[in-house]
Amino acid sequence: MGDILGLIIILTATYFIGHAFEQTHFEEIKKREIMLIKRPLLNFGARNFNTKRKIEKVELVTGEVVISGDYFKFFIASFKTLFGGRLTTMESLLDRARREAILRMREKAPLASVIINTRVESVMLNDVYWKNTRPQCAVIAYGTAITYGS
Amino acid sequence: MILTNIESVPGMRIKAQCGLVSGSTVRAKDAIKDIGAGLKNVFGGELKSYTELLSEARNEAVNRMVEQAKRLRANAVINVRFATSAITAGAAEVYAYGTAVEVEPIG
Repeated sequence: MGDILGLIIILTATYFIGHAFEQTHFEEIKKREIMLIKRPLLNFGARNFNTKRKIEKVELVTGEVVISGDYFKFFIASFKTLFGGRLTTMESLLDRARREAILRMREKAPLASVIINTRVESVMLNDVYWKNTRPQCAVIAYGTAITYGS
Repeated sequence: MILTNIESVPGMRIKAQCGLVSGSTVRAKDAIKDIGAGLKNVFGGELKSYTELLSEARNEAVNRMVEQAKRLRANAVINVRFATSAITAGAAEVYAYGTAVEVEPIG
């Protein structure tokens, strides 16, 4: 009985705290995305990037982030894999990590006119002390930032 | 050294190709930071020490790639790609590769 009670307490605590963290993070991401809305980000341009404008600077920009979900998320996900279907708790985690990585990449090139050929690379890392139970999501986003000369 | 992940350098012309260059690195954080990350894991959120680890690893992989390109007398690396993998728990591998080329400005 004590075990079940303990589990329920942990689940409710992690649900509320984790949810609050996630919501604040999503709001922050939205704000930053709105600030960058006028700056073009493309994921093509590897072969056919042509411009007649003078180019001042070309550089590779990257952004990386490692995000882990809370205990509640993984508990629900491990239940859901029995029945199959969408793992919504994991979807939000991955969404959050990718958007954060892309934002960091864009913020590293504040003066760039355009970022082309954006690629997003992700890997799930396992943590050391609770093997395989709480995977963390590592994302690297990279692209070529181009600054036009005046 | 100019790095791009597209197949040319905008505003420049490719004079010569020097071949494929690559750099890889495997890095781990210390146990104290691992435990801290493990605790952070309960409530979720960004694991700052691991993010730092990842960017250090990426930096080092790129530096090794650039070193190799310099030895080939290239002045740019084009079509750079990153690949990451989780080798063991707590360690991250970042592999960067691209084509070393010699470029010159148009006109």
